[in-house]
Amino acid sequence: MEMRSPLSRVRGLGAAHEGVAHWWAQRLTGVALVPLTLWFIWAMSGLLGADLAAMKAWIGMGQNAVLLILLIVAGMHHAQLGLQVVIEDYVHAEGTKTVSLVLVKLGAVFLGAINIFAVLKLTFGS
Amino acid sequence: MVEFNLPANSRITEGKTVKAAPDATNIRKFKVYRWDPDTDDLPRVDTYEVDLDRCGPMVLDALIKIKNELDSTLTFRRSCREGVCGSCAFNIDGTNTLACTKAIEDIKGDVKIYPLPHMPVIKDLVPDLNVPYAQLKSIEPWLQADTPAPTRERLQSPEEREKLDGLWECILCFCCQTSCPSYWWNGDRYLGPAILLQSYRWIADSRDEATGKRLDNLNDPYRLYRCHTIMNCTNTCPKHLNPGLAIAEIKKSIAARQ
Repeated sequence: MEMRSPLSRVRGLGAAHEGVAHWWAQRLTGVALVPLTLWFIWAMSGLLGADLAAMKAWIGMGQNAVLLILLIVAGMHHAQLGLQVVIEDYVHAEGTKTVSLVLVKLGAVFLGAINIFAVLKLTFGS
Repeated sequence: MVEFNLPANSRITEGKTVKAAPDATNIRKFKVYRWDPDTDDLPRVDTYEVDLDRCGPMVLDALIKIKNELDSTLTFRRSCREGVCGSCAFNIDGTNTLACTKAIEDIKGDVKIYPLPHMPVIKDLVPDLNVPYAQLKSIEPWLQADTPAPTRERLQSPEEREKLDGLWECILCFCCQTSCPSYWWNGDRYLGPAILLQSYRWIADSRDEATGKRLDNLNDPYRLYRCHTIMNCTNTCPKHLNPGLAIAEIKKSIAARQ
């Protein structure tokens, strides 16, 4: 039975004194993703049906590899920030919530690493 | 995990119908949510036929007429009947608003009246507002200043006073608070639009000297940043205020001091 006063419940553990960094990062990556995504769609539409050699030649141009890596970093960061909020909004069982948050954070880093490795391999690999 | 099953009392049954007097010609049906904590019955929706020729123009007039003439057991809060006390906030015709300022003629078809959404119900149309009131207390909604009080009023320029317009008018009816999905899902930790607007009312006040402390206490992933700019608050406010804008101003203030 809960006998705490409403004020005690509302004050809870106190303010985290952070939250603005998450909010700012989500907006910053969001803004960055607008031109990056448009560039990616434009670039890929020009490469439809390209074979491995053509892809390597395209990625081999330095600016394409750099933009791809920026797209991956901004995209993964933005996605994990957004998914974190969705989980915090809707998942209320403490255990499930913690596990989901850990999986999302680690998953984003893992997927990002795989993607960046692929770009580097296509750029520098034999 | 996500709750897929609704709590037991979420299923609403059909209740009784109370007919208007036989000579009534201008009848409107009022479908009103009823729940009695003293019985084990599920909530029900009772239908009252109201003779609009013998009723005032507002939804509150009809509710008072129902209580006076048709069913004295109907329970609801009301006081000023002119939109300044914030007592008679209900979900009317699918939108949170004040019964005293909502004209019956603006509603098409049957008039559906439910309590404010997602709050524990005490009885019928009366929600338990203890948590939002505690949340209001937690933001310390009073002027805080270290400068010794002057022998006269604390002065403000007309421009400084103007910053409070759109904030001081809030009557704490909690229409916005209970229309916010983010408040529904995390109302124990998210302060909600009504409380954040109140908080900004003191942040924007040139006479207040506790702005930094106030922002410190809001800088929290749940207290402030659970606002996802859904804007139900601003759409539903019966006083036409803009809690969404007040929340955005708080976020800007916190970002500005980084």
